[in-house]
Amino acid sequence: MIQGCGAIYHREVLILQRRFWRMLASMAVSPLLYLLAFGYAMGDRVMVAGYTYTEFLIPGLVAMTSMTQAYGIASEINISRFYWHIFEEFQAAPINDVAYVLGEVLAGITRSFISVIVILGLGFIFGVSLGYYSIWFWLPVLLNSFVFSSLAVGIAMLVKSHSDQAMVNNFIITPMAFLGGTFFPIDRLPPVAQKILFFLPLTHASKAIRGAAFEHHANLYSCLLLALTGALFFFIAIHCVNRAKD
Amino acid sequence: MIRIENLSKRYKNIHALKSISLQVAQGELFAYLGPNGAGKTTTIRILTGLTNLTSGKAFLNGFDIEKQTLDAKKQCGLVPQTINLDQELTVYENLEVHGCLFGMPARQRAEKILELLDYVDLDDRKDTLTKNLSGGMRRRIMIARALLHSPRILFLDEPTVGLDAGIRRKIWALIKKIQQNGTTIFLTTHYIEEAEFLAARVAFLDEGNIVATDTPENLKARLGEWAIDRVSEDDMKTQYFKTMEEAKDLSRHYEDSFTLRRVNLEDAFLSLTGKTVK
Repeated sequence: MIQGCGAIYHREVLILQRRFWRMLASMAVSPLLYLLAFGYAMGDRVMVAGYTYTEFLIPGLVAMTSMTQAYGIASEINISRFYWHIFEEFQAAPINDVAYVLGEVLAGITRSFISVIVILGLGFIFGVSLGYYSIWFWLPVLLNSFVFSSLAVGIAMLVKSHSDQAMVNNFIITPMAFLGGTFFPIDRLPPVAQKILFFLPLTHASKAIRGAAFEHHANLYSCLLLALTGALFFFIAIHCVNRAKD
Repeated sequence: MIRIENLSKRYKNIHALKSISLQVAQGELFAYLGPNGAGKTTTIRILTGLTNLTSGKAFLNGFDIEKQTLDAKKQCGLVPQTINLDQELTVYENLEVHGCLFGMPARQRAEKILELLDYVDLDDRKDTLTKNLSGGMRRRIMIARALLHSPRILFLDEPTVGLDAGIRRKIWALIKKIQQNGTTIFLTTHYIEEAEFLAARVAFLDEGNIVATDTPENLKARLGEWAIDRVSEDDMKTQYFKTMEEAKDLSRHYEDSFTLRRVNLEDAFLSLTGKTVK
């Protein structure tokens, strides 16, 4: 299994190396725009939960970007499946479905971590430095990436075309990005909305990452929920890869 | 080497394969001939683990493709009909990833890649991105890739489709060379001349059924050696003859135009199914 997983990951790393600077630039665009738009507009003038808005925003952007980058592998898999037919090369190889999913999930996590480092670098430029050196900051980042890259593999196997993939992004990922505690604290929303948002993995990721960044404390409950959700999505992804044979 | 027993495949309302059985011996070059949609690619997809079978059994080198899937996959190399090289990777990197997928140690992988690139006459292209290669070169890279892990069976699904005549001949020579090295080759094609030139044995596939399996010579000999095509206003009729003399004797009485030629596999297919391969 390690051999198969390593081969899938090796391929993704080769592609990542080839696109590295382009990818780095594209990873910086959205967070930079958010920081410019919200950071400068509200910046030090608006305080949220005792922190400036820019300080509040950065952990949220970390959660959101780790989600979007990890989930971004869905489009890559989709293109390699429907346009380049590279997925057939993996299907014909003597590797099992777990190895395939694990290789792709690791690739998603790698992309996610690179994007988080980009955001932290941008935050530094904007004069924000929070508790990034704690394991309790990086653990929810890892779990969040695990959740969404596992989801990405599953979805990429279920969709029938690239346009279906874009539709899923519009219905699931975009709303989650805005409602998962990225830009505002969800405790300001009506209780009913809070109950609904409790079920979004990104809500827990934002909460745990922000908690670690501000107060250096561990949010074990959110981490546990993310781990369980990730494990569930991972097993669903394995099942979907097996079903993708026909 | 390849054993298929009562293999069937059903996709919702389509019965793509209807209980087919066949055997291919070690080192044999076997052609699977049929029109588009006959079930050729479906057979290869099942044998290489890309598609699940509905019923029946298949063995590659003694390994059951359902129960010993990973072992069965190790026995074979696949050159699919569609070019499926990683466009963003170089020739070398494409082969390297394949070697990793088949668990080849790094040193052996590196040596074999260079050896195979030389074998397919593309050793000077190892650092070229595959998107910058011509169609014929990409095909040859795909063949090299399929051979990298030294499979005992090579599946070639329409390996020359869309290529010009010169490149096609080059690929044929390469296929012959591979077979001479002892690899069993299972080739699907709808090019009659390709099957005739390459294959020791041919199976005709029509609407998911194998209608005949034999050597190209025997399949043709069922009809005779010579054929005359007579074109009328709305039809073309073909008559078959044992000898050229027999054909010439009869053709003296024809008033309309006709063509005298040797019987080919297309005739054999036509006589068995009532349709052409193309």
